[in-house]
Amino acid sequence: MEMLKIVAFKLGDEEYGLDIDQVQSIERIEHITRVPNAPSYVKGVINLRGKVNPIIDLRSKLNLGVAQYTENTRVIIVKYEDIELGLIVDQTSDVIDIDPKAIEIISSDNFNADYFRGIAKVDGRLVILIKLAELMQTPTN
Amino acid sequence: MDLSNYLEMFIEESKDHLQAINDELLKLETDPNNTAIINEIFRSAHTLKGMAGSMGFDDLASLTHQMENVLDLLRNSKLVITTEIMDVIFKCVDFIEKMVDSVEQGGDGKENVVDIVQQLEQIQNPSSAHHADVLDASLEVAVAAELVIDEYQYSVINEARKTGNQVFQITVTLDERCVMKSIRAYMVFQIAEELGEIIQTHPTVEQIEEDNFGDSFSLLLLSQREIKEIQTQLANVSEVKEVIVSEQIHQEMVLGKEVDTQTQITQAQDKEDSADSKKKQRSKSIRVDIDKLDHLMNLFSELIIDRGRLEQIARKSELSELTETVEHMTRISTDLQDLVLNMRMVPVEQVFNRFPRLVRDLAKELNKKVQLVMEGAETELDRTVIDEIGDPLVHLLRNALDHGLESAEERKASNKNEEGTILLKAYHGGNHVFIEVIDDGKGINREKVLSKAIERGVISSEEAKSLSDQQIYALIFSSGFSTADKISDISGRGVGLDVVKTKIESLGGVITIDSTPGQGSIFHIQLPLTLSIINSMLVRVEDETYAIPFSSIVEITMVSQDIVSTLHGQRVIQFRGQVVPLVYLNEVFHVPSSETEFNEQQHYVIIVRKGTKTVGLVVDSVLGQQEVVLKSLGGFLDNLYAISGATILGNGEVALIIDSNQFIK
Repeated sequence: MEMLKIVAFKLGDEEYGLDIDQVQSIERIEHITRVPNAPSYVKGVINLRGKVNPIIDLRSKLNLGVAQYTENTRVIIVKYEDIELGLIVDQTSDVIDIDPKAIEIISSDNFNADYFRGIAKVDGRLVILIKLAELMQTPTN
Repeated sequence: MDLSNYLEMFIEESKDHLQAINDELLKLETDPNNTAIINEIFRSAHTLKGMAGSMGFDDLASLTHQMENVLDLLRNSKLVITTEIMDVIFKCVDFIEKMVDSVEQGGDGKENVVDIVQQLEQIQNPSSAHHADVLDASLEVAVAAELVIDEYQYSVINEARKTGNQVFQITVTLDERCVMKSIRAYMVFQIAEELGEIIQTHPTVEQIEEDNFGDSFSLLLLSQREIKEIQTQLANVSEVKEVIVSEQIHQEMVLGKEVDTQTQITQAQDKEDSADSKKKQRSKSIRVDIDKLDHLMNLFSELIIDRGRLEQIARKSELSELTETVEHMTRISTDLQDLVLNMRMVPVEQVFNRFPRLVRDLAKELNKKVQLVMEGAETELDRTVIDEIGDPLVHLLRNALDHGLESAEERKASNKNEEGTILLKAYHGGNHVFIEVIDDGKGINREKVLSKAIERGVISSEEAKSLSDQQIYALIFSSGFSTADKISDISGRGVGLDVVKTKIESLGGVITIDSTPGQGSIFHIQLPLTLSIINSMLVRVEDETYAIPFSSIVEITMVSQDIVSTLHGQRVIQFRGQVVPLVYLNEVFHVPSSETEFNEQQHYVIIVRKGTKTVGLVVDSVLGQQEVVLKSLGGFLDNLYAISGATILGNGEVALIIDSNQFIK
């Protein structure tokens, strides 16, 4: 059985994960240029080695409240289809192997399931897997 | 043989040839008796056929072959050119274009060509039944020999014969005890290939490879060798029982006109040789993949960013050695920039090329007589602009044909030449390229435009009174506007011209109209030379830096708070006798205010222009001029209000580029 490789990161106390194939790199947070009149969760754009990449605040996109940026704050650069995007997360943890069978589909209604693929249980940790395609729907403004 | 390496070359060259055919056909239409033109077309068609054949696009090859036949008859004056024939040939070229496009898109280049082939055949022989008979007969003969020869192969044979080849039909019978027949057959093929060219096998190669045949198979071989030699060579393969080689005279397959064809093909070849030598002298250039150029451009733009950074460091450090080196580098990189930009420049010819054909077809459809004159096709523009400019120009040409030019009768009645003229002109001027579409039609009807605009609610009747002619003409660019009483297929759906305007403005260009009633109209387009590196003014609003393209800036001025007045809630200033509305960037962009000391008294105002309207952008300070590399914000953030892109500054930060057009309604 092929194992899924997942990049795990934290938003507050919760752990989330992204498929490693979709992750381009992990960057420290640097100067962000604000983009006027963009949706509020779009923090702005950064210069990533000569490319201009939009950055979104994952907390505010997922309605998880605001957090101060700290030493541990990271930007995960993801790529889906042709769009590259940076996601601000509180902290990156590690890369974990997950047995696809260990992923539980979210069924609960009181959970905003649109953005999530399921929950993986690894050594007692609960990792919420993010569905990038939904997350990267172009903002309607 | 793996042909995919050649595919790109094939597509490029086919397109060149198609373009040449199209051009020459148009010339031929005006000068039907010029055999030199037909020869030119014939040559291109012939090369095309050869290429298609060798690449294995049989449909393409056979269609071209049919077309060639018709051209051949024309060339020998056996047929007189009529409009019907021209139409069929044009249609045929369209088909070929479609096929090549399909090949380019990774398709198989197949199209349903039965109809067009029939039409071509009909032209070749008005009593087409007769011709078909001859063809059938020849096929029957071939079938009898178990080997069906199609039109294309047939022509290959004919040509090969001219170079001293002969056609042999070889039937090989293998020993019935032979275990791996396909392998023996393969060996036979190998030897045969050394001796000449295999043009046909029966059963097919695939069937033979799959062992799907009895004890014997046949093949047609083109070779210069002796019959005996072939026989002994092939008989050497072990387990081969019998080899029968017979020379095919193909007398029975010769079509009625073969004698002609032969001589002509040799002629064509001669000419081709001379054309080849001409080509060799002419082309000192190479084809470069456009992606490579884009990549080069991207790399270079990063270099420019670093250059900006170095300049900053040098200025700060005050080390003369460093400053000198950086200055030298700046000079070199400026030259390099010119060079790189130049490499991406392509003549507008690329876009203009397809217009004669388009205008011809349209004129036919509309039953108008028109001559398209093109000037300055060699004018160069950045590829990014070229890619975008085609559609707007098509719109304008259609518009000129449909609305601008009168019908032949009307023209006669108003004492004009029955044939209308559309002039398409391109030329350089400063940092811009100008393209003009000029027609000598009836001009724009000022009153009609006005009444329509009022009726459609584009303007009010009070406003209408104060408008200049220019402003009225500009109304036809507003959306939902169309003065054609009848809606035609060609234009007049009211979507055309406003789309043209939007497109040209999105390219950083400007479009204006001039018109003289009864004498025609001029659509004047101004375009920037390039879209990738732009000269801009960096300004600061609170803590944020923005870039405003030079092309839209008229003037920069200092304004003290007390001359700002309000008109209906809109803040304005009077500037050089004009009332200029102000746009406060910190408000429209919701810039968070910083704690820096307040200077309410003095503001910098950047006066920007769009067409004839101006607006003043209020900023805190002006940082200076800089060449910036335009970068897109990526697919995620598009359609942002008044932001056209971003750039990276010398300090590595991203600055947004303001699209000031959006401030002006």
